[in-house]
Parts: sequence; C-alpha cells; structure tokens
Amino acid sequence: MTTVTMTVNGKSVSREVESRTLLSAFLRDGLNLTGTHIGCDTSQCGACTVHVDGKAVKACTMFALEAEGAEVGTIEGQSSHGKLNTIQEAFKEHHGLQCGFCTPGMVMTTAALLKDNPTPSEAQIRAHLEGNICRCTGYHNIVKAIMAASGQDVSAIAAA
Amino acid sequence: MPKDINEVVGRREDARFLTGTGRYTDDITQHNQAAAVFARSPIANGIIRKIDVSAAEAMPGVLAIFTGEDFTEVGGNPAGWMINSRDGSPMHEPKRPVLAHGKVRHVGDAYAAVIAETPEQAQDAMEAIDADFEELPAIVDMAAALSGDDYVHDEIGTNQCFDWGWIEDNRAATDAAIQGAHHVTTLELVNNRLVPNAMEPRCSMASYHPATEEYVLHTTSQNPHLTRLLISAFVLGIPENKLTVIAPDVGGGFGSKIYHYGEEALVLAAAKKLGRPVKWTADRTEAFLTDAHGRDHVTKIELALDAEGNFLAFRTETMANVGAYLSNFSTATPTFLHGTLMAGNYTVPNVYVNVKAVFTNTAPVDAYRGAGRPEATYSIERVIDKAARELGMDPITLRRQNFVKPDQYPFASAAGLEYDSGNYDALMDRMEEIADLGGFTARRAASEAKGMWRGLGINAYIEACGIAPSNLVGVLGSRVGLYDAATVRVNATGNLSVMVGAHSHGQGHETAFPDIVADMLGINAASIDIVHGDTSKIPFGMGTYGSRSLAVCGSAVVRATEKIIVKAKKIAAHMLEASDLDIELKDGVFSVAGTNSSVSFGEVALKAYIPHDFPITEIEPGLEETAFYDPANFTYPSGAYCCEVEVDPETGKVSVERFTAVDDFGNVINPMIVTGQVHGGLGQGIGQALLEHTTYDENGQLLSASYMDYTMPRADDLPFFHVDHSQGTPCTHNPLGVKGCGEAGAIGSPPTVVNAVIDALNSGGKPVTHLDMPLTPHRVWSAMQTV
Repeated sequence: MTTVTMTVNGKSVSREVESRTLLSAFLRDGLNLTGTHIGCDTSQCGACTVHVDGKAVKACTMFALEAEGAEVGTIEGQSSHGKLNTIQEAFKEHHGLQCGFCTPGMVMTTAALLKDNPTPSEAQIRAHLEGNICRCTGYHNIVKAIMAASGQDVSAIAAA
Repeated sequence: MPKDINEVVGRREDARFLTGTGRYTDDITQHNQAAAVFARSPIANGIIRKIDVSAAEAMPGVLAIFTGEDFTEVGGNPAGWMINSRDGSPMHEPKRPVLAHGKVRHVGDAYAAVIAETPEQAQDAMEAIDADFEELPAIVDMAAALSGDDYVHDEIGTNQCFDWGWIEDNRAATDAAIQGAHHVTTLELVNNRLVPNAMEPRCSMASYHPATEEYVLHTTSQNPHLTRLLISAFVLGIPENKLTVIAPDVGGGFGSKIYHYGEEALVLAAAKKLGRPVKWTADRTEAFLTDAHGRDHVTKIELALDAEGNFLAFRTETMANVGAYLSNFSTATPTFLHGTLMAGNYTVPNVYVNVKAVFTNTAPVDAYRGAGRPEATYSIERVIDKAARELGMDPITLRRQNFVKPDQYPFASAAGLEYDSGNYDALMDRMEEIADLGGFTARRAASEAKGMWRGLGINAYIEACGIAPSNLVGVLGSRVGLYDAATVRVNATGNLSVMVGAHSHGQGHETAFPDIVADMLGINAASIDIVHGDTSKIPFGMGTYGSRSLAVCGSAVVRATEKIIVKAKKIAAHMLEASDLDIELKDGVFSVAGTNSSVSFGEVALKAYIPHDFPITEIEPGLEETAFYDPANFTYPSGAYCCEVEVDPETGKVSVERFTAVDDFGNVINPMIVTGQVHGGLGQGIGQALLEHTTYDENGQLLSASYMDYTMPRADDLPFFHVDHSQGTPCTHNPLGVKGCGEAGAIGSPPTVVNAVIDALNSGGKPVTHLDMPLTPHRVWSAMQTV
C-alpha cells in the first residue's frame, strides 16, 4: 500500500492505495464519489470521465497513484449549493439524459470540450463524443443540449 | 445566473443523475460487505472433469467458494412460457442451474464463485481455481444443430426446443394461396444477433438477517417482483415474505434486466452462509458473455400477390436461436411476440409462420427492445420492398394499396390479433410531408454531384405492446399474468405517494405518472411522488418491458385514483352534510352541486386521518387505494418511417443523412419523454442495421465481447431525427387512450435503413436485391463487386 495525495473537487485528500488501484475505483470506493460510473473495461464508454489538471480523462485508464499531486474534478464538483451549471441545465432542459448512467461522463466531456471550443459545430460535437457511449438517447438530445449550453440557437433542430 | 435544480424544465429524475447523486446498485456499499467473482467457462461445450478449489481457498481474503455441487438440491431458473410444437408436444425445457454442474454449455457459463473480502482478492482466487474440462464440439450454427448428432442437452436428445406453427389451421390455405398466386417474392434473411448493452452492467448485492430470516436483494432489475417470484417459487425457495428485492436506480435495461440470472441466487446463498452482505458487479466482458442477447433469427419469407398487387399471403419459416438455456421470456419472443405480427399493417388474408427454436452453445437469447416485433417487421417490410422492385411498383403505393383502412377497426388480422385503432394512410401522409419526399430527387442529384449514391427507404410498421391480457397470454402458454398495480396513498397533510409496479430506468415515470393523478384530482403534480422498485413498498406489479408501463401500470394508477375520488367524495359529503352523489370534484375542490358549499382536497385528506366525527360504520379512516389493471388487449402503435442514406461507392460506407419517424402512440402524456424514447429506439435500430453484430466463431468463442469489437452507435453515426406523433388514434380499451412508445423506434427503423441502402445501390447501377445486417462498409463494398 502506498499513500496518494491529490486535490478532488477543491479538497485535498490522502489515502492508502494498492498500486493496481485505478483512479475510478479510488474515487468510487475510496472517496465514495459514486457519480463516476464504470461502464466498460476497455476505456471505450466514457462513463468514468473526470478532469485531471483541467483535461478530460477516463478515470479507468489511470492508476490512482498517477494522480499524485493532481487537481481532479468529478461530476460531484460540477454543481454547487443546489445550482446546476450551464451544461447540466441544458441537459435537463433538452432531455439529454434518460437512465442517467452515461450522464456524468457526458457532462464532464462536454465541460472540457466547451473550455477548448466555446461554440462547437454539430459535427465537432458528434466527433468529440466519440469516446462517450449513450444507449438511451440516440444522442439527438445530447448534441442539442451541448449546442444550447454553448449559447447556440437550437430552435430549428427537430422538436424534442 | 444558475437556476435552482427544480426550476429548470425537464424531468424530476434529472437533478440526481446530473449531479452524480443517483443511487445505482453498485453505488451502494453495506457494512462488512464481501465481494463475489465468478469463474466462467473458457469453452463453449464441455464436461466438467475437475474443479479443485484448494489453492484458491488458501488465497488471502477468501471467505467461501461455491460450485455447482452446492446447488444440486435447489431448483432451476424456468422459462416463463410453455410453447407447444405443431404436433401438440410440449417444448423441451432443460434445467438451468445456479452454477453449471456436470457440463458447461457456453463461453461464460459460470461454474464456480469466489467470495472474498475485496473484489481484487476474489478475482485473484478465482484465477487460482484448478478446473479441467473435456472439451466437446461446439454447437453454434442453427442448421447444423438441427441436423447433427451432438446435443447441447444430452438428456433431451435434440437441439430443437420446439417446432411451432402459427396458425396451424391456416397452413393449407396459405400454401394454396401461394401456389396459385400471380407473383411470389421470396427473401431469405438473417436478423442479426445483438447484445442489449445497457450502459450499467448488471450488479447484485444480498444481505441476510439471521434473527428474522429475512433477505434483501439489491439488483439491476426492470421488474423486482418478477425476480422475487422466480427466486422464491422456482430457484431457492425463499418464502416471498422473507425476501425483499430492491431495484434502485437502474442504468438502462432494454430487456436484458427483465430476467432472473444465477448471480442473484448466488449472492443470496452466499450472504446467508457467511452472514455478511455480498456484492457482485459484472464487468463489460461478463455482460457480453452472459446478459441475454437479442434477435438471431434465420428466416425465409414469401409474399404472394395477385396481378393488381394485392397481398394474398405471407409464409415464413424461421430458425430462432435460444442459446444454451431458456431465459425467462425466450420462448415467447420468437413465437407470440413475432408470429402474431406477421400480417403487418395489411389486409392480407393468409398468414402462416413456422418457428423452430434451436439450442446452441451460445449465451441465452431473449427479448431485446422490440422482442419479436422487430423480427416480424423486418421480414415483412423487406419482402414488400423486394416485391415492389420486382414488380416495378412504387413501394409506398404498394403498401397503401394493402393497408388496413380506418373504417375497418376493430380489425381481425390474419395472424390472430384484433387491432383496435389506427390510420396508416394518415401516418404515411404525414411522413411524406415531414420527410419532404418531393425534394428527394434534388437531394439525390446533389449527392451524385459529389460522387455519392443516395437511397430512399420507407417502411410501415405495427406492433403489439402493453403486454398483456392475462386471459389471452394464459391460453398462449404464459405462466404468469401480465397485469400491473398501483397504490395511491393520500397522506394526512395532502401530499401523495403513488406506489407502482412498473420500474423506471430511463423512461421518466417519476415525471410522467404524477401528471395522471394530478390531472384527475385537479391538484399540483409537485405534491405527488412516485415510489417504485422496492417489493417491500410497492404492490405486486410485473415491471417494465414490452412498452407496458403507461398503458398497463398507468391505467392501474387511473383506477386507483378513481377509487380515491369515490372515497374522498364520501368524506367530503360527510363534511358538507350532503349526499356523496351530489359532490363534484373540480380543480382540487369538492363542492355540493348547485351550491357554494365546498371543502378543499387538503381538508378532505386531513379529515381522512383525523376522523373524530366519522360515521365509522359507513366510512373507514384513511385515504389509500390500490388497483390492479389487466389490459383487455395489446395496444397497437404503428408508424411510417423514412430514411435517406448516402453510400460511398469507393468504400461502401453508409451514412444516414435524414431520418423521419411518424408514430401513432394514441394519446401522449409527456411529448418530451415520448420523443426521447423514439430517439433511443432509432439509435438502437440504426445500430442494428449498420453497425452491431454479435459473432461467435466455429468453436463458440464470442469474438465481439468488448466495445473494441462490438460496434456501439456513437454520436457521429447518427443524424438529428425528425420525430412526429401528431396522428395518434387513441387506444380504445385503456382509460388513458395510450399506446406503448418504448420499442417503436427499434422496431420500425432497421428495414427502413436497409431499404434505403438497397435503393442507393440500385441507383448506382448495382442491382442488389438484399444484404444482411449489419450493412458494414465491407458487406456493402463486397456486394458492389459481385453484381
């Protein structure tokens, strides 16, 4: 067991971990931040997407020890004091989620996308979601929500 | 300025899912919880010669190891429907044990389970189990399975589960109609095998309390009461009153979480043995190997027409793969959920369907979004398209000519169902308008100008859902009833808890169901909460599948609320010193007709629980009512779909450029949720048509067992969809007038896409008549080279 220290959602945390412990397991089991979901074992589905030093990362692809000293952001840090952020509001308003399992990863991926590209085109959004799988929505309302979250007029998109 | 969570329009469920505070089974950790990991067969078919667990038992943290030997005294997981073969003999129903015993029958078949302090320790120990198998030839191909001498279940002596005819009495007439027809179009096709792939892998966690002998099972289920019934009555014999099954937030189901699986029984047994909670969580590979798969039909369909293009008969022969064991709905799916739909939207007078269900050394196959109706629609709508092409007829005209007309309802179809309502021409009209079929020629020219072939595919579908009338399904072999239940509890302070048998795992019941009650009572929906998923809290309902939640459980909510109104009127009458026959309820206020004497809903609620002056021989205290609703018929959603694709002649790659879905769901309670359900179904249906394929090799190894090998639709595989449900014809037999909407998209879209690709290839000078799904670039490109 080794001690790992990192900042998670603005708070410094320190825990003993096995060297094989994944960051995803560390967040879920070690810190009880269960909003980070595990949907696959090959880093394809994106349900575990978090931010590490400002970049979107699949938490199942990193060991917890690799996040030593890092700033880690999870879905639990996206809203504060009962207020949804702009992306979360847009997903809710445009029905960009159904079962909710992929949703944390979608929100975290979207946050990273909009940071780099504040008004992405539909094609850019669809390409950027390559690493996030949703089985419920057919992506229609997710793409629409992301366009809305970035301030684009979505009224012309087929009704939802 | 950020808004409070509940100020944003959308669903009530959304706030917890968007903030990471949903509560899925794997998110729940119990004190002193142990972990289970399963040892799974690496081969498709073999005799278990040895399972030596001694080394594994000595590994760190190991608490117990179970093998099939530990479950020889308990029951098996049954099929929910008994199907009889054409000769009247019952289907073959092999035992499905908790853990494999004697033989393993598919890759992934669990033969042992390790319980340890942590999942990592259990995994390490599982790998230390010394198991030895005598490998037998794998039975994978259905035709070979039916003709060969090797059996998945030796004690049965055949790989044919049943040989079913529907309707057997119509066979001779159908044969004669085909024999004498002006034209017969024949099509051989494969309905490709799919893996449901709910994003949340299955997870089950059990605890046991010795002092009360009570078990609690948290599990990823679409129907916790059905799971409890199966475990109690068939598998472990735990009394129902000692077993609580809780399905908390569930991350999608699509059919795969209807069924009881052996892992649920194992964690219950382990929890009792160890006196500790035990949790198992599937990884994605386990999901691919062991979740019930969908579809997997090999079909020959014939359509007979007269000289004017009138349909005379559909005749179908299908082999349906049921895998190594019978999953709970596996025998109903290729039969009564498929054969009964083989008249489609048409007045065709003769239909005959033959289905042979085949055991193979593959994972069990069962209902997956649509369950039998996608297979029926695909066969019908593909052969009609082929017929139109052979006869040089317009595919829309040919369909319209044979549609059931609005004045023909109720319509007795040649496949044995009574369609209650519909208007297929109106759907087609609306589809032609929204899809702008008039602009297709220009769009095709634009595609061709950039070197692409453009195709137009259209489709009409009908399906039967909202399953189902218990008296009908009982006659057809179901071993359960298919009603649902709701309890409406008016609390003393005037808010309501509505306990429902349906389970919401993406469908938005927590948002839609309160509106039904609020509308009937004239009160604010915000004061009504839905309770679901916990057998200790809800009445015995059959759960969510077959697009039944609103049509069946929603109707139970209506019936229970009607009872509430009857009783509340009696209380109001007592309070107002009037006859309950004179009490009117409007906008949440009870008043005496023709007077200004009234009491509010809240005052009645409070009085119900503080009945100081009740006439106790006439009115019981409290305000809580339960209703069970058993539907009189299926509901029959229908639709007209249109797809435009571009095919790249250089690579064979298909892209979906436009997709229009016009559906008749009867009355619509929540248009946003209904539209979302269609979107999701379209995503899965287009996935089936273009991307998804489950592949076993000749040794029964699953080649597509991860997201690196099985192509899930991504955002850039799909366009924005045009969805419309403005042409609804209300269901005539349920109180809401609603029809199920959950599966329509997945039912209607695959043939639409394939019809479009065939059209594109023909426009490019490649007279391809059929391609089997998925239409991958390789398949499309190969077809271009050979014609």
